[in-house]
Amino acid sequence: MGNYSLKVNGKTVDVVADDDTPLLWVLRDELNLAGTKFGCGIGQCGACTVHVDGEATRSCLLPAAAMEGKEITTIEGLATDDKLHPVQEAWKEVDVPQCGYCQAGQIMTASAFLSKNPAPTNDDIRQAMNGNICRCAAYNRIEKAVAIASKNL
Amino acid sequence: MKQENKMVFSRRNFIRTSALASGGIIIGVNFLGACKETAAPPVDIAQLNFQDFNAFIKIAENGYVTIFSPNPEIGQGVKTSMPMIIAEELDVPWEHVSVEQAPLNNESFQRQVAGGSQSIRFGWDSLRQTGATAKLMLIQAAATRWGVEPNTCTASDGVITNGKGETLGYGDVVNDAAQLEVPENATLKETKDYKIIGKDATNVDIDDIITGKPLFGLDYVAEGMKYVSVLRPPAFGQTLKGFDDTEAKKVSGVTEVVQFGDKIAVLANNTWAAMKGKKALIPEWESDGKLESTEHHDQKLNALLNGGKLTIAREDGNVNKAFAEADQVVERTYESPFLPHNCMEPMNFYANVTADKVHLVGPIQTPAGTARQIADILERDEKDIHLEMTRMGGGFGRRLYGDFAREAARISDLTKKPVKVIFSREDDMAAGTYRPAIKYRIKASLKDGKVTGYHLKEASVNSNMYGLIPNFFPAGAIANYKVETGNYQSNITTGAWRAPYTNFLAFAEQSFFDELAEILEVDAVQLRLDLLDNVDEGADERIQYSASRMKETIKLAADKGNWGKSDANTYQGFAAYYSHNTHVAEVAEVTLENGLPKVKKVTVAVDCGIVVNPTGAKNQVEGGVIDGIGHAMYGDLLFNDGQPKATNFDAYRLIRMDETPIVETHFVENNLSPTGLGEPGLPPAGGALANAIKLATGQRLLKQPFAKDLGKISKDFKS
Repeated sequence: MGNYSLKVNGKTVDVVADDDTPLLWVLRDELNLAGTKFGCGIGQCGACTVHVDGEATRSCLLPAAAMEGKEITTIEGLATDDKLHPVQEAWKEVDVPQCGYCQAGQIMTASAFLSKNPAPTNDDIRQAMNGNICRCAAYNRIEKAVAIASKNL
Repeated sequence: MKQENKMVFSRRNFIRTSALASGGIIIGVNFLGACKETAAPPVDIAQLNFQDFNAFIKIAENGYVTIFSPNPEIGQGVKTSMPMIIAEELDVPWEHVSVEQAPLNNESFQRQVAGGSQSIRFGWDSLRQTGATAKLMLIQAAATRWGVEPNTCTASDGVITNGKGETLGYGDVVNDAAQLEVPENATLKETKDYKIIGKDATNVDIDDIITGKPLFGLDYVAEGMKYVSVLRPPAFGQTLKGFDDTEAKKVSGVTEVVQFGDKIAVLANNTWAAMKGKKALIPEWESDGKLESTEHHDQKLNALLNGGKLTIAREDGNVNKAFAEADQVVERTYESPFLPHNCMEPMNFYANVTADKVHLVGPIQTPAGTARQIADILERDEKDIHLEMTRMGGGFGRRLYGDFAREAARISDLTKKPVKVIFSREDDMAAGTYRPAIKYRIKASLKDGKVTGYHLKEASVNSNMYGLIPNFFPAGAIANYKVETGNYQSNITTGAWRAPYTNFLAFAEQSFFDELAEILEVDAVQLRLDLLDNVDEGADERIQYSASRMKETIKLAADKGNWGKSDANTYQGFAAYYSHNTHVAEVAEVTLENGLPKVKKVTVAVDCGIVVNPTGAKNQVEGGVIDGIGHAMYGDLLFNDGQPKATNFDAYRLIRMDETPIVETHFVENNLSPTGLGEPGLPPAGGALANAIKLATGQRLLKQPFAKDLGKISKDFKS
């Protein structure tokens, strides 16, 4: 059992959890941040994507104890000062979700991608988003929303 | 028109109203009529419990409206579209409406189920009547206040206006309206006057979804709740002989290990500890020897097709005579594997069984049936069962089955603790209720350029096509027609999977028609139109597809999809299918990249009657088409000694963005009652794609997943 502190969504929080506990479960079960989703547990579906120092990262495989000193952003912290991130705005404009379960991971992947590549081609978007599964297959709308967001960054 | 709903209502029986102690009115409705007379009208919403909750609409003194959407939301959009129908007839601005999920109420709501794409179709009449009746009561209350006749007043956008031009808001008169008798004579709007229906309404939960609010079953937490991981037999046909839980109990955070039946539950203070505890269990399994493999299913299904015992599901004329007299007989066999549902949110459920009540919370497509089953297994009165529905991270049929909820209830009952059972992805894929493996053999006779006979055999695992499916097209279009079905009984659990049976049947038939068109040297679209010309509409009540609506849908798809006019590097495939009361036609376009086909675009025409929420409707069609293509291309669950060979996404391939076509949807415009869209877009997709691939590569695909045969073209193609 480890005792460590994490910086999540700009706040430092103390965590008591086993050292091998993945960040995903610390966020969900210990910090009450349930927006980050469990999908596969092996880094294949992207539902658990968060930002670690700005990089889109799968939280289901990442021991939280190793995240000390890193800036972690989850879907709950993506909007700033109650202003939605342009990716979230685009998701709304396009009316992307069906069941909605994978969308937090999709949005986190898209926002990290656009911060590095603010003017992507459609092929760039397709490659960047390929790691995130949407079982409802709302892929057309995800693709469209990322393109719209890139114009509103 | 036979498509119109035949339901009959007595408004006095299916709508009730009551004043709210806090001010405002609550309007209760029985979803399909026949409200139980014993159900007392509620008084204060804060005091309502699940048994007497009997409400669809709450109108507050400020005129704002809350609509409790009755049916479970699995991503099909009913939480948005069903309230839209009420709001239209109530005539309130959509911005003044908020929507909440209604809890399970056996007393008040019938068919509180998400399945079969039927929510909108069954709700259409009662939802409109409820809105219109409420509006009329508000008008009557305002007219009384003014001392004028109600018929001199009108109401629109939440405001009632009298002949002198004076106005009252709905909120101004709700308390008076709550004292009135429920009127019988509310008239419904004409479709031309619709202001909400037919306009895009964004998903009502969009803000919560995009900001990560806890909406789903997996997000639900309760005070003192234990997280539970369950170890189940890894293979179908195995039972638990014994187990050693010494190491599991040493995992920090694990609080208890308990056996129930052939399963072992590990209770813990968090999910990770429960999962680790489960992995540390040392079980001993035994089997009764019936551990089935894919090769075994293959043999059994082939045996059924090759002279096994089949049951006739429909027979017209004499197919044997047609075959004997034919110029040519064509026969093909189509094969499909088992498929898991793979909802993105793995199965989970919360249960707290106490002496007072059984509290259940989670994602379930069949709340009423599940509550009944749990009452049975716990030997409790159904009145003790309080079930709350959460938003569902996908359903696709898997959440029709309440096995996970029953597990949670049993574990809570055994341990006397509030528990939440959480499946890992491996649990979810290995303890499935799969789409069964199915084979179709279709034989047709051709004579003088016409299709004269059609004989379809279905060999399936555990169950066969049901209801009216044997009467779907081409039933009624070919004089000599026969459908026979048979199944092999397996211990592998199977069940409904998005568009049951038709998800593969449509591929088989639509591929077969393409071959017939090739042989007859007629255009593939024209062949279907010609066959539909043979249908005597209304002559056979088992035939519920409409030949005229189907022809119109086919023509719209062909027109919008530029059928027959593609450039030299684009190959088109066509399919059309009626299912779940909705007519759909699709044109798939494929190009070749390094010799391998890639689907670029699918143009879809849909006749689902009135389109309630176009953005939501298109989303369903886009998803259905891509889902159909994804599973036709890649979906494959093989078994070895009773055990699925793939249990996570490293070994089981789902379609990803880079493999998806652009889907363009067009609706046939009419004023007919709306029908569902959760499923009908899917069935034609695989056939349209296979027909385009045939044109592109020369290869006729008869087996799903296509990736296996396409892999034979190129070793670069990952199957």
